[in-house]
Amino acid sequence: MADQQAVLEVKNLKKYFPVKEGILKRTKNHVKAVNDISFEVQEQETFALVGESGCGKSTTGRSILRIIEPSEGEVFFKGVNLLDYSKREFRKMRKDLQLIFQDPYSSLNPRMTVKKLLLEPLLTHGTTNKKEAEQKVVEIAERVGLSKEQINRHPHEFSGGQRQRISIARALILNPQLVILDEAVSALDVSIQAQILNLLIELQKDLKLTYIFISHDLNVVKHISDRVGVMYLGQMMELSNTEDLYSNPLHPYTQSLLSAIPSHDPSVKKERIILKGDVPDPANPPSGCPFHLRCPKAYEKCAMEKPAFIEKEQNHWVACHLYE
Amino acid sequence: MKSFFGRLRKDKVGLIGFLGIFIVILIGLLSPVIAPYSPEQMFTDHTMEGPSKQFIFGTDEFGRDIFSRIIYGTQVSLKVGIIAVGIGAGCGLIFGLISGYFQGKVDQVIMRVMDVFFAFPDILLALAIVAVLGPSLTNTMIAIGIVFTPVFTRTVRAAVIAVKENEYITSAVAIGVSPLNIIFKHITPNILAPFIVQITLALSGAILTEAALSFLGLGIQPPNPSWGVMLDASRTYMEFAPWTILFPAGAIVFTIFCFNLFGDSLRDILDPKMK
Repeated sequence: MADQQAVLEVKNLKKYFPVKEGILKRTKNHVKAVNDISFEVQEQETFALVGESGCGKSTTGRSILRIIEPSEGEVFFKGVNLLDYSKREFRKMRKDLQLIFQDPYSSLNPRMTVKKLLLEPLLTHGTTNKKEAEQKVVEIAERVGLSKEQINRHPHEFSGGQRQRISIARALILNPQLVILDEAVSALDVSIQAQILNLLIELQKDLKLTYIFISHDLNVVKHISDRVGVMYLGQMMELSNTEDLYSNPLHPYTQSLLSAIPSHDPSVKKERIILKGDVPDPANPPSGCPFHLRCPKAYEKCAMEKPAFIEKEQNHWVACHLYE
Repeated sequence: MKSFFGRLRKDKVGLIGFLGIFIVILIGLLSPVIAPYSPEQMFTDHTMEGPSKQFIFGTDEFGRDIFSRIIYGTQVSLKVGIIAVGIGAGCGLIFGLISGYFQGKVDQVIMRVMDVFFAFPDILLALAIVAVLGPSLTNTMIAIGIVFTPVFTRTVRAAVIAVKENEYITSAVAIGVSPLNIIFKHITPNILAPFIVQITLALSGAILTEAALSFLGLGIQPPNPSWGVMLDASRTYMEFAPWTILFPAGAIVFTIFCFNLFGDSLRDILDPKMK
């Protein structure tokens, strides 16, 4: 996939949330939710962002779409920096960049019928021909597996899986190029997860979509993604092809994450790498490598110096002093 | 709508309130038909008479039929209540939506102004506004409308902030819906429940405030029939002609009671957690 063109290029993205204290609400500190992240997403690939909760993967996704305004950095979509647009101008750009949410229960307006929910993106982006729009709604609804009769119902009449199909239809009706799936299947049952994942893979092929798949579920990520970025405390620790990453994890954090994947075969004895301690407070990140306090292989240098993000093997990037 | 009446039927207290309001509104609409006399017609040889067959609620110091005056007073009360609450709810909705949606500095400014209004007791604030504008029917309605604006602003703002947390708002932002459309298509329909409850409760408050203002001589001006005006006029005679004060007071109590009963049950019915 390396020879393909990058659709999205994220450069040194940072999002700091101010911590305000005292009566005067003066900014005392910052929570560094996303701390200098760079990556590229190729055309029609699925790029996964993984990490434990609070590592900043969702914030990264939302910063790219400017749902949350990033503090610093650049986000190039097909060569233009999305952060250069004014908010009003950027609204038009949203047509190509869509977001699918985790919770299928709160992400659909309970007062709108499925038809209205699906018409809204079209009407927002200038479709005036009502017949054509309604035709499109029926088409996309059927494409994601909803029947024509169901589109006049309200979201509460559907199950979680069906609601997620509605969300997908709502995101895809505008023919976007990049779709960010923020834990899109995490709230669903395993059997439903598989259905939705397969639907997403099918749609990606048919509609030539590019996905950024944000998840904490390593099995799901292995199934769907082409490349994976591992995040810890707002920073990218390792980035590689899915195959390479799962078979040959370089970073000690990735190694311990992968050792925690439950196996389908109970007879296989896996050696688990149990990490000590908790994730540090992102408002006061440790010096040097953010992982050094919990790293089983840490040495003096780790506490002093932040490791550079280097290409250790071809297309296999890692930020760790062990490989410098 | 169907389920609304279904649930109201089960709530007997709320139903009584609803029927009471219905009767009051009917009386207001059909005043000329129900009232036996004109509210201003004076029967000079029947002044200060107790209830009788001819005048079922008795007559006042000018020989006017109290029953007819109460019936016509219903019109005044409802008119003032509805228009004043309309003003308050309208302004409150706009300020509340702006305040809750944009937050930040705009919110701070709006809410601090509302806090200033909140600091005064309702009746005192209404009195002050009427004193500035001059007593009349229109100014009474404006004054009561202003008095009720802060309550509505707060109710709406709180509801907007709660609704804004839902992911369907973020979803609308992600799709590129303009802030104005988000406010009117996504937020407003989802805050209607607390807003409507506040309207019913404010209606009784507005009717009561009008009566109080009129009683103090700064609301509706005599000889217009208003329950408050009637109370004010009969204050001096109430010891030897209690009917002059009992019946208008009863009308106020009945109306307020019905609105409050209905408002309380509406709050239960519209609470999404009860569904």
